[in-house]
Amino acid sequence: MTPILETKNLHHVYSDGTPFRHEALKGVDFAVQRGEFLALIGHTGSGKSTLVQHLNALLKPTDGQVLFDGKDIWSDKAFTRAVRFRVGLVFQYPEYQLFEETVFADIAFGPKNMGLDRDEIDARVRRAAEFVGLSEKALRKSPFDLSGGNRRRAAIAGVIAMEPDVLILDEPTAGLDPYGSEQLLENLRRWQAAQNSAVVMVTHSMEEAAACASRLVVMADGAVKMQGEPKAVFAHAAELERLGLDVPQITKVFLRLRELGMDVDTSVFTVEQAKAALLKRGEGAPC
Amino acid sequence: MSNTAFTIQNLRFSYPGAEDMPDTPVFDGLNLTIEEGSFVAVVGHNGCGKSTLAKLLNAVLLPCGGSVIAYGMDTKDEKLLLAIRKRVGMVFQNPDNQIVSNVVEEDVAFAPENLGVEPAEIRKRVDDALRRVGMYEYRNHAPHLLSGGQKQRIAIAGVLAMQPKCIVLDEPTAMLDPQGRKEVLETIERLCRESGMTVVLITHHMDEAIRADRVIVMTSGKVIADGKPGEVFSRVELLRENRLTAPDTAQLLYELNREGYSLALDALSPEACAQTLAKAFKV
Repeated sequence: MTPILETKNLHHVYSDGTPFRHEALKGVDFAVQRGEFLALIGHTGSGKSTLVQHLNALLKPTDGQVLFDGKDIWSDKAFTRAVRFRVGLVFQYPEYQLFEETVFADIAFGPKNMGLDRDEIDARVRRAAEFVGLSEKALRKSPFDLSGGNRRRAAIAGVIAMEPDVLILDEPTAGLDPYGSEQLLENLRRWQAAQNSAVVMVTHSMEEAAACASRLVVMADGAVKMQGEPKAVFAHAAELERLGLDVPQITKVFLRLRELGMDVDTSVFTVEQAKAALLKRGEGAPC
Repeated sequence: MSNTAFTIQNLRFSYPGAEDMPDTPVFDGLNLTIEEGSFVAVVGHNGCGKSTLAKLLNAVLLPCGGSVIAYGMDTKDEKLLLAIRKRVGMVFQNPDNQIVSNVVEEDVAFAPENLGVEPAEIRKRVDDALRRVGMYEYRNHAPHLLSGGQKQRIAIAGVLAMQPKCIVLDEPTAMLDPQGRKEVLETIERLCRESGMTVVLITHHMDEAIRADRVIVMTSGKVIADGKPGEVFSRVELLRENRLTAPDTAQLLYELNREGYSLALDALSPEACAQTLAKAFKV
C-alpha cells in the first residue's frame, strides 16, 4: 500500500550561498503509513523539525521529494494547499499561538479556512474539544483565561478539528506534569484509533516514545539512523547514547542486570514488562 | 555547621482575580526552611504553586501575608530588593527568553554591568562563569546558533557572574533533549557539590529529582512529602494519589513487593535498582 506520506532522498540547505550555509537534511528516506503512531526522536539539531516542516509544505525541499498519497506535494499549487489541511502540524508550545476571543473561535479557525459550512464547523469544533477533554464551558472562555494544560489542549484541538490524515506534534507534552502528559497521550491515542489517522510525535522522552508508538524513527545529523519497533530500537542502547539519546530507565536497569550476570531479555522498556519478566524468572517464589 | 538560606513562615499568597473574578489563592500558611549549600528539588503537578514559590524566593513576587526571609533579609523590605536579587539568581524554562546579547560573553556580562561592577572585574567574572559551565570556548559565539543545553548553560553563567549564593531553576530542562538535560544537570550538581551553592530545582522529571539531597513534593500549595529522595519516592501510593509518579525504578520495585517480595524501595538510580534486583533474583 502507498504510504500516506513519504520523503525520497530529501535534502534541505539553510542559508545557501552564505557563510552560515547549513545542510540540515542529507537525503532522508522516510515513510508514514496510514493509521500508525510513530515517534520521531533525535537530539537537538538532528533535523527533526526541518523534516517535519517539509511534511506539510512549510519548507520546500532543496532536493528530493515529499509525496502525499504517492503524489509530489509541490506538483501543483492547489495540491500543496490541500496537503496543508490534510497534514496537521502542532508546533512546540502551541498555546502561544492562540489568538481568538474565545476557545471556540480559536478551534474553528482552521475548519473555517477550509471553507466548511457553519454546521460542519460547529460539529467539528465540538468533536475536537471532546477528544482533548475540554468542557462546553471552556469553549466559551477566552483562551487566555485557561490553565496552561487546557490552553495546550485547545491549541491541539484547533489542528485536529481539521481532521487531518496525518497529525504531527512537536513535543506535545513538554512542560506538562506526568499526569497531564499521560492524559494528553491517551487522548491522542483515542483520537488516532477513532479517526484512523496517522500520528507522528516528536519527543525527547524515550519512556513516552516507548509507551505510545508502534514504530520509532531515530534521526541524527540530518539522516534517519535507525527505525523499527521500540523493542528493536532500544536494543541498541550504546548506539543511541552515541547519538546523544537515551534508553528508558527500565531498559538501563535490565542492561545492567545482564552485565551483572543475569540472563534477562534486555528488550523490555516498561514497568509492566519488567515486572512480568522478573516474576516469570522468580517463578512466584519470593525470597 | 549549616546556615539557613531561606526561612518561609506562614506564607500566604494569592494572584488577584481579573475584574469581578475572585482571587486565586496559592499558599495559605506555608512553612519551609532551606539550608544553605543544599540541593533541593521541588516537584508537584502543574498549578501546585512550584513556580510561584520560586518567584517568591527572590522577591519577584511578594507575600500577601507571612514572610519569606532570604539570607536573613525580608523580601518585603524594598530597600533590600537589589541585595536579595544579587544573592538569589533565577533560571527559567525557555533559554531563548533569557538571552539578551548577540555574543555569548556580552550576555554573561549583562548582570554585572547592570550592577556597576568594574570592567576588569567583569572580565574576570565572565571568564570564570563561562569556565564553570563549560562554555568558555564559546565565549565569542552567537547564542542563537547554540543548542538548547548550551543556551541554558549560558543563562546559568549569566546568573553566576552576579556571584549569587543561591540559584533557583524553574524547569530548566523542559525544552532540552537528553544530552542537553544531562549537561545542565551535571552543571548544577557540580555548582552545589564543588562551590557550595544552594540549588533549588523545580522539575517534572523524577529522574532529575533523585539527584538532589532533598525532595519537596507540593500539591495545592502544601508540602505533602519532604525528605531524602529515597524516602520520598518510596511512597509510591502517596505520589499516585497526588497525580505524580515515582521514577520507573521505584515503581518496578513497588510492583514486585505487591507480588510478595520485600525489596527496599530507595534504590532509585538504574545502577542501585539493578543491584537490588540482582540480589533478589539471581539463582
